[in-house]
Amino acid sequence: MLKKIGILFIISIVIIACNSTDEGETGIIDNFNRGAMLTHIADNIINPSYESFKNQMVALKLAGDTFATTPNQTNLETLRTFYVNAYIDWQNIEMFNIGKAEELNYSFFMNIYPLSSVDLESNISSGTYNLDNDNYHDEQGFPALDYLLYGVANSDTEILSKYTTDTNATNYKKYLLDVLNQMNSLTEQVVTGWSSFRSEFIASTSNTATSSLNKFLNDYIEYYERKLRANKFGIPAGVFSSTTLPEKVEAFYKKDISKELALESLNAFISLFQGKYKGNVTATGLSFEQYLEALDRKDLATAITSQLFAAKAEIQTLNNNFNQQIIDDNSKMTRAYDELQKAVVLLKVDMASALDIQIVFIDADGD
Amino acid sequence: MKNYIKKYLNQQTNVAPLAVFRIFFGLLMFASIVRFWANGWIEELYLAPKFHFSYYGFEWVKPIGDFTYVLFIVCGIATLFVAVGYKYRLAIITFFLSFTYIELMDKTTYLNHYYFISVLSFLMIFLPANVYFSIDSYVKKRSYQNVPKWTIDSIKLLLGIVYFYAGLAKLNSDWLFRAQPLKIWLPSKYDLPLIGNNFMQQEWFHFAMSWGGMLYDLTIPFLLLYKRTRIFAFVLVVFFHIFTRVLFPIGMFPYIMIVATLIFFDANFHQKIISFLQKFLSHLSFRLKWRNLNVSSSDFEARKIVLRTSNYNFSKSKKQLIFPIIVIFFTIQLLFPWRYLAYPGELFWTEQGYRFSWRVMLMEKAGYTTFKIVDGKTGKSFMVDNKDFLTSFQEKQMSFQPDFILEYAHYLGDHFTSQGHKNVEVYAESYVALNGRMSTKFINPKINLYQERESFKHKNWILPFSSEIKIKGI
Repeated sequence: MLKKIGILFIISIVIIACNSTDEGETGIIDNFNRGAMLTHIADNIINPSYESFKNQMVALKLAGDTFATTPNQTNLETLRTFYVNAYIDWQNIEMFNIGKAEELNYSFFMNIYPLSSVDLESNISSGTYNLDNDNYHDEQGFPALDYLLYGVANSDTEILSKYTTDTNATNYKKYLLDVLNQMNSLTEQVVTGWSSFRSEFIASTSNTATSSLNKFLNDYIEYYERKLRANKFGIPAGVFSSTTLPEKVEAFYKKDISKELALESLNAFISLFQGKYKGNVTATGLSFEQYLEALDRKDLATAITSQLFAAKAEIQTLNNNFNQQIIDDNSKMTRAYDELQKAVVLLKVDMASALDIQIVFIDADGD
Repeated sequence: MKNYIKKYLNQQTNVAPLAVFRIFFGLLMFASIVRFWANGWIEELYLAPKFHFSYYGFEWVKPIGDFTYVLFIVCGIATLFVAVGYKYRLAIITFFLSFTYIELMDKTTYLNHYYFISVLSFLMIFLPANVYFSIDSYVKKRSYQNVPKWTIDSIKLLLGIVYFYAGLAKLNSDWLFRAQPLKIWLPSKYDLPLIGNNFMQQEWFHFAMSWGGMLYDLTIPFLLLYKRTRIFAFVLVVFFHIFTRVLFPIGMFPYIMIVATLIFFDANFHQKIISFLQKFLSHLSFRLKWRNLNVSSSDFEARKIVLRTSNYNFSKSKKQLIFPIIVIFFTIQLLFPWRYLAYPGELFWTEQGYRFSWRVMLMEKAGYTTFKIVDGKTGKSFMVDNKDFLTSFQEKQMSFQPDFILEYAHYLGDHFTSQGHKNVEVYAESYVALNGRMSTKFINPKINLYQERESFKHKNWILPFSSEIKIKGI
């Protein structure tokens, strides 16, 4: 009998060993092909989004170079146009916190707001700063450009003078170029890194805390909850504080694009959910929406899309300038927030639960 | 009847199963403690969080800073003492107290099998597990062949309760007729080799696993009790627990259960394990002797003499103490899981009387709960970012369990009051999804939770379970 039990133990251990060594291996033949979904997302959504933004970033940097060489009204206007275009396009890639972007903390260097304008000014006047340092996250990226192109003085003439006649003009120009170079070089690294990371990304479909699929889904949901819902709406609308904080809106100095940025961000989020690129079907492929449907949760997939569109409709009624909206009538802003919030529940509770995403590695017995 | 009981209590049986149980229990617990430490969970679960969720009445049990490591060391040493049977009673009491203290520090980490370890080690305090093949018996130079039969039976009974009650808990419509939550969990194991992409995705397989699991839990204690079905039952035990180990992150539990069910085997089997261990040890001591020449062989042989006595009996005074404790212990074990009947509402929804009842693997439940701090006078309010106070694991557990929500609401109330906020009121915005149903509102958002007190009474601020798909059953 001891022998039999011994054999049983050996078999069991073999089963366990097989299980742990084969982890991460794929070869899906069940009714939903996660590898195909990730491939579609990688090739038809992430890749074109990255390429598009990279081009925007290059154009922005060139316009910055031109402006720094010849700071005049025309070049300022051009630079501003490229800034707005790039900032809008950025909304399509901020949620991809994967590979090189995750490793470099890309989005922290690109879009942490509100900007610390006091620190930024002291960087310029002293000329000593290190944009690679984590302490300088809120003194660079798009919010810094926003300030340097719109907020550094009250009128265009005065803004231009900062780069021409001001005693610190050289430092202003240098800071502007440093910010642009930093953004451009990080973007290049991320986009280059992506092409080598792609194959790893689409292959990692297992259900473990470290698989691409799970991390991507987690980041995706977290992006919605934090960067979109909280940062763009909740925080400035005073949801998390006892008073409203209208100065914490995105693109505070440009002012009239905060709604456009938010809508672009939400569109990008919805597009990814539906397997589209910037709202368009560019190639057929599987999406999170179809993933839920494959799991017999069409009810949930429908609930999520209709809630996201409800939020979008609510946002469309707002002033182009969120700062102004909050000051004039914050209740409209909080109503938009509430609609966005309802989708958080569907994403974080219902969708995460339906997909049974492994998030933390801790023993559980299902209660 | 009285005679029968008296006769039963005096019945003796071979001690070997109890001794083997003690050894394996000690070693597995040691492995559990080491594993817990090695995974960094002491830091992550007990030292990193700012705030800990306490069991009602045990709010005083908290992690003790860096001394928490000392607590784990003490617990770990106790397991080894239990395994070798050295100062057994002191060791098992130390283990019971330290392990239970650890479990009481934060209920976020509650697992049924941790509770099982606590109750089992409590029971073991009263069992003579060290009278044979132990250092205690070696030191006392006295070893027993037999112990009262009830001592071994009590472990079987406890195991039987665990399985049978786990089976009873599966007699509900979600488990049996909707194959929930397995219908959610199994397809998500698509990356398992061999079975991940076919069986795991099939609905019939989810139902087969649900019904199989229920039948397994209800029948396994009986199959293990009868000699004819025992081997078959043990094969099932091994298969079932290995399978669950492969599927779910349940840590050491499967191994603990596999080893624990060995207690059902007869003494011959355990005697073989012991003679195997004896051979191994004598081989070891021979080599030790050979190396340390200064230990004279005669000295060694002299110490080895252990008087073998046949029957171990509890003294009369011990009996007077132990019997009532054992009876009360099992009465509580049998009745406690039914306490949920005293509460209105759906058990899976309110979780009133859910814990400590061997309800395992029954729910895929997730929630999203945020809190609004309101100034009761001015009506001004703001939302709390849970990440400021809770770890992601704590937030996850808090979000769907009412007692967590209440405790956290009080913590927030106290925190913001101490920060100088006036007339603090705390409201929860909470949504919960259960076993594949759409999420619905969980907590009455109009109730100021800061005013509500924890108690054993029904929590009337939990909104009733409103899904059209009701849960019927035990």
